[in-house]
Amino acid sequence: MQTDDVDLRVPFGALTLPNPLTTASGCAGYGRELAKFVPLDALGSVTTKTIMASPRSGLATPRMAETPSGMLNAIGLQGSGIASFVKHELPWLAERGARVLVSIAGERLEEFAEVAEQLNGQPGVIGLELNISCPNIADRGQVFACNPATSYDVVRAVRKVAEAGLPVYAKLSPDVTSITEIAAACVQAGADGLSMINTSLGMAIDLDTMRPAVAGGTGGLSGPAIRPTAIRCVHQVHAAMLAGRIPQVPILGMGGIRTGRDALEFALAGASGLAVGTALFNDPAAPLRILDELRTELAARGFAKFTDAVGFAHRPVTAERLS
Amino acid sequence: MAHPVQTEAEVLSSTAEGAYHRLVLRAPEAAPRVRPGHFATLAVGGRHSSMLLRRAFSIHRADVEAGTVELVIAEQGHGTGELRRARPGDRLDLIAPLGTPFPLPDGPVSALLVAAGYGIAPLLALGEEIKRRGGQIGFILGAPTVAQLYGVEQARALTQDVLVVTEDGSAGLPGPVTEPLAQAIRAIDATVVHACGPMPVLRAVTGIALDLGARCHTSVEEAMACGVGICMTCVLPVVGEDGVSRFVRSCTDGPVFDGARVRWNDIGTVPADLEGAAAMGVKG
Ligand SMILES: Cc1cc2nc3c(=O)[nH]c(=O)nc-3n(C[C@H](O)[C@H](O)[C@H](O)COP(=O)(O)OP(=O)(O)OC[C@H]3O[C@@H](n4cnc5c(N)ncnc54)[C@H](O)[C@@H]3O)c2cc1C
Ligand SMILES: Cc1cc2nc3c(=O)[nH]c(=O)nc-3n(C[C@H](O)[C@H](O)[C@H](O)COP(=O)(O)O)c2cc1C
Ligand code: FES
Repeated sequence: MQTDDVDLRVPFGALTLPNPLTTASGCAGYGRELAKFVPLDALGSVTTKTIMASPRSGLATPRMAETPSGMLNAIGLQGSGIASFVKHELPWLAERGARVLVSIAGERLEEFAEVAEQLNGQPGVIGLELNISCPNIADRGQVFACNPATSYDVVRAVRKVAEAGLPVYAKLSPDVTSITEIAAACVQAGADGLSMINTSLGMAIDLDTMRPAVAGGTGGLSGPAIRPTAIRCVHQVHAAMLAGRIPQVPILGMGGIRTGRDALEFALAGASGLAVGTALFNDPAAPLRILDELRTELAARGFAKFTDAVGFAHRPVTAERLS
Repeated sequence: MAHPVQTEAEVLSSTAEGAYHRLVLRAPEAAPRVRPGHFATLAVGGRHSSMLLRRAFSIHRADVEAGTVELVIAEQGHGTGELRRARPGDRLDLIAPLGTPFPLPDGPVSALLVAAGYGIAPLLALGEEIKRRGGQIGFILGAPTVAQLYGVEQARALTQDVLVVTEDGSAGLPGPVTEPLAQAIRAIDATVVHACGPMPVLRAVTGIALDLGARCHTSVEEAMACGVGICMTCVLPVVGEDGVSRFVRSCTDGPVFDGARVRWNDIGTVPADLEGAAAMGVKG
């Protein structure tokens, strides 16, 4: 198998994307700064930082702490709001040929729907990602994605107002007892896909100040440190789909993707889309490198198409493969 | 923000200088873009390192002809420890130049340059640039102790007006770097002060400079995860030209800020009058 011949195209709703790679929400801003390192149209899509209805300052600093093979962040969804995004950022992205997955959130159900509605018919938007799992929304003990009923309600409310045919993905938290239960609720409510995973709640204590290292106290853990958790989540949910316990929808996998090997691991577990997050901070040019590496890894295993690798880890081990 | 270049920069030299380490890197594409006040980031430990975040350093000098970028590094923890062990011939993943540099005067001005510790790194090139425009400069260089002073000889090569201050009195005047500041501003009739050092120093320098009617440009050091403007970890409360305060990124809007616009006393908080504070449940 020639590396150059490997077909990375993936279906996304009614579209075909050139490759499965996107940026993880909150790790590429709205694309402008990343464009200095990666041509945005070379990515399958670009996922924006989560956008809410009105401007938010976000949390106090310090907002991050490095941890082994990862980091904690407590940003608190800083942003200037949906109107500003639609006016100033989206046209810029569309002009550059970026296919934009817009991540949205709300404090309440209605806010999710209100933000979603404003994205109908906007240029460049190829899908919505519902951030029902951000650990940094102040004054909320529990995120929506900790409860199947609230997850269902959010997806339902957005699916009702979002343009027909526009894929709506629900982004899940790993910090739950049964992620398949939440996944099932989201798909039943009409989610066209699932993004997995958001950061996992963590904490670090600064030994100089002897206080929590991020001002918010707790923060979201990301990076290669959470990859085994993410792979487990993707594998569990994909398995539930194969077993017919959840209708089959595409999974956008993320959590510590740094190399083509990591990307392949997610695909084998069942992800048909791949998002790069924290690795961008280490290497803003990582997406193109990861795509190249992914091609090589696929070719080395005889996969002519990326889609052939999706979910491969679920196939029974045959005598032939063991020999 | 400058248009940054990412390169595998070859280490040309790595030398211990007092408490610091000077790294000279070959980066011919980055060097011509560098202006005083820009910074650079280095990845630590290669592709599989468990240290994911790049380390930020002010650019000490850029030599366009030699195609080099120089950094002055103080060892703090594991990342800077590893960089100290870099040897000629090693390659380091460098992104430079980053950030917004010091504003340069159109003509001759009298400027006081104030540095604490390695804060001198970007100020020498700035001093040269101000002199090239017909201006005059003075330096106040401070550190906790003599071993942590940097660039004193280089500063003296540029001007006679160099004041050295150490907290323990082991060199120059005893006390904090702000001690002789007001007098120095008056002595050279400085209309502008450029400062680089820890936040509390910048806050104090800004206060003194503004009181004496001088502009104050400060290069801040806020913890950065990405350095390129995509993560939103490095924000500070800053008053915009429209009078509205916002959290702005110190990696792209800074690290050099007009000191008068930074809300020094509110760093580490969400002031109630900040744009978007209400959505966080912060009440005035
Ligand atoms: C714009 C800017 C310019 C700087 N210029 C210089 C310079 O010229 N010379 C120099 O020696 N140092 C400079 N620093 C500080 C330098 O980045 C830190 O000392 C270094 O990152 C510490 O890394 P470490 O792994 O040794 O420490 P650790 O404490 O192990 O670092 C852990 C994490 O905290 C971050 N961090 C720790 N200390 C700082 C700090 N003071 N500022 C920002 N992030 C920090 C690190 O980047 C890393 O992500 C600068 C920082 C910034 C933001
Ligand atoms: C600094 C930072 C900010 C983030 N902001 C968001 C966000 O706004 N919305 C969201 O859905 N996820 C956000 N995330 C989570 C990422 O999208 C991703 O789910 C997670 O980091 C795991 O992937 P990674 O290990 O590749 O980073 C953020 C992560 C980081 C590190
Ligand atoms: S360090 Fe990432 S935005 Fe400034």
